[in-house]
Amino acid sequence: MPFPFSAIVGQDDLKLSLLIAAVDPTIGGVLAFGDRGAGKSTAVRALAALLPPIEVVAGCPYHCRPDARAPICPVDHCDGGTVKTRTPVVDLPLGATEDRVVGAIDLEQALAHGRKSFEPGLLAAANRGFLYIDEVNLLEDHLVDLLLDVAASGENVVEREGLSIRHPARFVLVGSGNPEEGELRPQLLDRFGLSVDVTTPRDLKQRMEVVRRRDDYERDPVSFMETWKRKDAAIRRKISKAKAILNDIETPDAMLEAAAKLCIALGTDGLRGELTLVRAARAEAALNEGGKKQPPVVGDRHMKRVAGMALRHRLRRDPLDETGSSVRVDRAVEELFG
Amino acid sequence: MIETLVDGLDPDGLARFQAAADAERAAAVLAIAPHRLGGAVLRARDGPVRDRWLALATSVMEEGAPLRRLPSHIQDDRLLGGLDLTATLASGAPVLMKGLLAEADGGLIIAPMAERMGRGLAARLASVLDHGEVRVERDGAADRFQARFGLVTLDEGVAPDEAPPEALLDRLAFLIDLSALRAADIADWSVQADAVAHARRAFQTVRHSDADLEACCAAALALGLHSLRAAGHALAVARLSAALDGRGAVGETDLAFAARTVLIPRATVAPDLSPPDQPPEPPPEPPEQDGSEGAEETEDTITAADDLAVEAVAAMLPPDLLEKLRQARGPRKGAGSAGKGAEKKNQRRGRPAGLAGSPPYAGARPHLIETLRAASPWQKLRAARPGADAAAPNQIAVRKDDFRYQRLKQRSQAVTIFVVDASGSAALQRMGEAKGAVELLLADCYIRRDLVSLIAFRRDGAELLLPPTRSLTRAKRSLSSLPGGGATPLAHGLDLAFQLAEAEKRAGRSPSLVVLTDGRGNIARNGEADRRQAAEDAAGVARSIQALGVPALVVDTSARPDRRAQELAQAMAARYLPLPRGDARTLAAAVQSQSGARAVS
Repeated sequence: MPFPFSAIVGQDDLKLSLLIAAVDPTIGGVLAFGDRGAGKSTAVRALAALLPPIEVVAGCPYHCRPDARAPICPVDHCDGGTVKTRTPVVDLPLGATEDRVVGAIDLEQALAHGRKSFEPGLLAAANRGFLYIDEVNLLEDHLVDLLLDVAASGENVVEREGLSIRHPARFVLVGSGNPEEGELRPQLLDRFGLSVDVTTPRDLKQRMEVVRRRDDYERDPVSFMETWKRKDAAIRRKISKAKAILNDIETPDAMLEAAAKLCIALGTDGLRGELTLVRAARAEAALNEGGKKQPPVVGDRHMKRVAGMALRHRLRRDPLDETGSSVRVDRAVEELFG
Repeated sequence: MIETLVDGLDPDGLARFQAAADAERAAAVLAIAPHRLGGAVLRARDGPVRDRWLALATSVMEEGAPLRRLPSHIQDDRLLGGLDLTATLASGAPVLMKGLLAEADGGLIIAPMAERMGRGLAARLASVLDHGEVRVERDGAADRFQARFGLVTLDEGVAPDEAPPEALLDRLAFLIDLSALRAADIADWSVQADAVAHARRAFQTVRHSDADLEACCAAALALGLHSLRAAGHALAVARLSAALDGRGAVGETDLAFAARTVLIPRATVAPDLSPPDQPPEPPPEPPEQDGSEGAEETEDTITAADDLAVEAVAAMLPPDLLEKLRQARGPRKGAGSAGKGAEKKNQRRGRPAGLAGSPPYAGARPHLIETLRAASPWQKLRAARPGADAAAPNQIAVRKDDFRYQRLKQRSQAVTIFVVDASGSAALQRMGEAKGAVELLLADCYIRRDLVSLIAFRRDGAELLLPPTRSLTRAKRSLSSLPGGGATPLAHGLDLAFQLAEAEKRAGRSPSLVVLTDGRGNIARNGEADRRQAAEDAAGVARSIQALGVPALVVDTSARPDRRAQELAQAMAARYLPLPRGDARTLAAAVQSQSGARAVS
């Protein structure tokens, strides 16, 4: 029973970035770096309970969509019926071996029957859902490379032990970690769509609330969940509604131009920053203003809200300036939008 | 009798008395609900006091609770669980075996030498402590096992930066220092087993008031503890402490006990005790773990003028200087991540790094599961071949080609030794910029988690200002307080650098040198002011540095690129870099371009 999402005190950026990724999975993942004990992994695990169910082919290990079966799906039993299931949120534990991540030959089949068959791994299990890596900076380099590569291409190619398999693996990659344990390689940073700095609140009242809720939860999880059930349900409805209207949200040219200007002012490389910024602004509008009759139009306020998380990890870094990038984004936003 | 009376009167004895009583109580409180508290960090050398504490805690654990010792070299299959080969082969289906963490469910794990524990192991432990279960995704099998245990780490660290990994410190409630206690202090340690058993049944119903919660949170904040776990732990300890005494609500003594055993030992700043926010019963003894030094750490010792010099140099130093320095000798394969020195492959120990079809070193043991996996697709074929043992149809035919070996790699810790010329000739001209350059490189080291060390030479000798450390703040501080002026004992500086580099190499680390000088040595090894002899001596040491095979960089701090510094670099086989000139114009440009692209000289 995970801690309820709505009971998490503060951490607005972290919560928003996860909700945006839930609304628009093409955003390219979320990286949450920051203080110990600030509730990074709590938030990710809590999100799992909020995601709307998805329709899948019954018995399909890759969660294929019934209406659009993946052309590269290696399974031929896709004639199963349709079932609704939870959006998968797969946790990659430290110490997981490569064969369990990518999938490997099925030992039981091989030993007992001499048959060569593929046993799907965690990448298959995460298809159409989330893949969460806590302490991403402690993961073996070759595994991180592999995960980012699969996350970008959307398919997992297995060539090992005489197997040659391709299967769909589209997932939102969520990584978290503590910068004191080691930095993430800079070339990996901008592979994540959104990035949030997580800090523990410094305000006494807020801190007391965090400790109080945590304590209540640990003493009596059942009644604690009961207390927060309705608020969690409201967030779940918000996600579903936002997903439904996402494609109806208009992004005026002025906003595209603003995004480009902001990226130029900050000197971010490539177009990925602009694209993520616009998409994130759209998802934020859908989430927070999706309840009205008319779908919202993307405006300054949406861009301002998400500019930090969409851009801060794409700036060239200045080693002496540790908090610099967030401040730089804020300053540029301030100049552009006033 | 008189002796104990006298002992009780001296303040040191009082503090020990308090510490002994707290440690005794902590053992009992931990045994009530070890998993609820995460566990304890025990700072003590191996000895009777530590053994007694462990015996005390384990003696009142729940009936039949497991107790496991965690060796620091434990491998993932034993820690987390993995394929049970015998059972798998016997049954023909994968059988998972539990690891040590799952075996310890409901009990205690003791981890000796925690100050030397690797971050990888610490992160695995931290994750299992958080979730109370082990998730195994290994060797082609997946499962989860409950693992709710308390972890007691034994910290035998001596130096202040020798401590268990932060990820664990944060998750274990108690921080207990036994190192000052003597056998006499603990002579009457005892715990009532039935009181602990009763508390175990009752602690969930112990009440605390909002004021108690506020006291814990405010005290944690006042002591500079940012993580929210500390306050939560303090509250839990206070409740368990009340339960131990059979009380139904948290009292003053419980809060004070929690503050002394959970919060105060972690303090990073000396608390600012303004009356309204006063934490419960301020401690009789000062914070043990260098609280005063922690306060200093946060001080910004770099002045504005230094900052400008840094900005100026920042614009002109080629980026990734250290990276290139390391690549100068033996290129590193692939893009390695933070903070490690040369990567050594085909090691006998280290972290797994893929598989090999041939033994990485003579006598290597094959990786059984991967070998089986490689052999498995061919079993039908091989069984059908003539010559197959018809009498044993269930045997698995493994050929030479099937063998797989685990490749291991180990990275050694990198140490960057800065050798700074603080003589008059250098100091007068470029000291500010040289300091700026060192600071930039320091920041680079920090990101890479390298150790840094600082040597300065001036007047008649060289001095090790900073032994290898990971603290950027300490390095910055010793740099900014570096005095300048006097003659240039270049050979002395290089001598000391050579000795340090050699010692670091012996300790299994990968040292590299960054020498900032104008190369104009004028003090010979024997201390005489003889320019010619001084140059010869310096060149001699430089050649030994080359022979040692330590990558080096010479930053020329003279007004314009100088032949002597270049020659020194050559003798050391070092990269040579004239320190770019930072005049007022470039300085201004550097400040302006702060947010823009960095000019590369």
